[in-house]
Amino acid sequence: MPFGQLLIDGLAMGACYGLFGLAVVIIYKTSDVINFAAGEMAMFSTFVAFHVLNIFGYPFWMAFIAALAFAALLGVLVDYFFLRPAKNPTLLGLIVITIGAQMLLAGLASWKWGAEQKQFSIPVSYSVTYEPITGFIISQWALAVFITAIVIVSFMFVFFKYTKMGTAMRATQQNKHAAKIMGIKTDRVFAFAWGFSSVIGATTALLLSAKTILDPGFMMEPFLRAFAAAVLGGLMSIPGVLLGGFIMGLIENFFGYVWPSWKPITAFVVIVLVLCVRPSGLFAKHYVKKV
Amino acid sequence: MLKVNNIETWYDLIRALHGISFQIKQGDVVALLGSNGAGKTTILKTIMRLFYDLKEEQPEKGTIEFLGERIDRKDTDEIVKMGIGYVPEGREVFPELSVLENITIGAYTRNDRQGIKSDLENVFRHFPRLKERSNQQAGLMSGGEQQMLAIGRALMSRPKLLMLDEPSLGLSPILTKEIFGIIKDINEKDGVTILLVEQNVNMALKYSSFAYLLENGRIVRADKPEVLREDEDIKEFYLGIAAEQSVKGYKRYRRKVRFR
Repeated sequence: MPFGQLLIDGLAMGACYGLFGLAVVIIYKTSDVINFAAGEMAMFSTFVAFHVLNIFGYPFWMAFIAALAFAALLGVLVDYFFLRPAKNPTLLGLIVITIGAQMLLAGLASWKWGAEQKQFSIPVSYSVTYEPITGFIISQWALAVFITAIVIVSFMFVFFKYTKMGTAMRATQQNKHAAKIMGIKTDRVFAFAWGFSSVIGATTALLLSAKTILDPGFMMEPFLRAFAAAVLGGLMSIPGVLLGGFIMGLIENFFGYVWPSWKPITAFVVIVLVLCVRPSGLFAKHYVKKV
Repeated sequence: MLKVNNIETWYDLIRALHGISFQIKQGDVVALLGSNGAGKTTILKTIMRLFYDLKEEQPEKGTIEFLGERIDRKDTDEIVKMGIGYVPEGREVFPELSVLENITIGAYTRNDRQGIKSDLENVFRHFPRLKERSNQQAGLMSGGEQQMLAIGRALMSRPKLLMLDEPSLGLSPILTKEIFGIIKDINEKDGVTILLVEQNVNMALKYSSFAYLLENGRIVRADKPEVLREDEDIKEFYLGIAAEQSVKGYKRYRRKVRFR
């Protein structure tokens, strides 16, 4: 049994799930909304990269930057045009709005680029591999995933801990009312969170699209996995999501190797079991308001 | 300094404020008194324009002027920038931020590093307790410390007017006294004008230089604390000093006062 390869592949997939879960968690933390459009927003941004690369014929780094810029804009636009106009919304209403945005984006993408599967290649290949230790084969793609994950996570750590905007985001998440009193423009914080989350989602989707194929539905399953990873981590804690992602990726890969036909559901079964024991996820924290 | 002119605020179909007018002069400590549901907090929220999410037009009627400029159509962050600090009812600190982060976020609207630093020193001078705990999570502190934190946080925006909503809520009498002492200090040493909302009428009258009494969304008395202290109704209903027995020999628990 190629243990080393399964481990590394599992970790790489897990890092993808974890990163994508982060995109969900950032929005959930700031505005309590679960963004069901996250997958489709990332898919749409990936198609923008595809368009710039294959149809306009620009080099990859330009496509990459264009996709990220578009992702940020898309996030802000979704917040501005879908969520903000809702007057006195209920939480459920907002979640349904995100589902609507998801369908709209999926429809737009199939209309523009067609529903057939596309070849989308990024400079890191899945077939170029290195073997630093015998038995531990690491592909270029996995390497890229790890590096991206480390860069994004360390950036987020510094951002949330040391910058004014990061602190303001955390403050808004904990008490929107008080954040307003401090003179924080909470609307702007929400828009920023949406843009930020969308950029992380788009980065992950670009990486994932290199491993799978590119079509308007390709982010559906990774989104579900990432969401499950986020739930496993408690939906509130950033380390929790990452760990949830890794658990998800590893379980899926190992069990998938032993029982290939059960691969898609093993991870979900484990999540159900974990949630039976810890209903609020592995890392959920609760602060009870003191009077 | 602050001039509130005939404002009305509605919660859906219920009129909470029926035309409130009052003024605050530079350097004053003004108290807004009244029982539950009188509209004290609503006044402060209206001044800060915190109902903006619910409705565009707010206050529905009347004007609010601060330093000669109308603020009743401005956004909350602009109002903070103009120099109104607000300590909300029930502290509302950020529970998962550290004490220091809580205080520094109070200076969110400011950009002068040097000024922020000296103001931080100033806050720690008023509340030495906060300095000891500056790395602790704010949610894990006691109620009194959280109240100090909320006041310190509001001071960081370098307000010209500080509005305090029930600083004594849930605190022991000794702690209440301490907090009021600090509020007095802030008023005298830092020259910050103070608008104080209180249920604890006795305490508030002791420390204020002018007081307004609210009932059901109307101002029913406005006078100096020395005068209000001698008022029969206030003595009986707010200060708990028993009035004379009635002719029939039993205490009257309710007495309707109409002020029109």
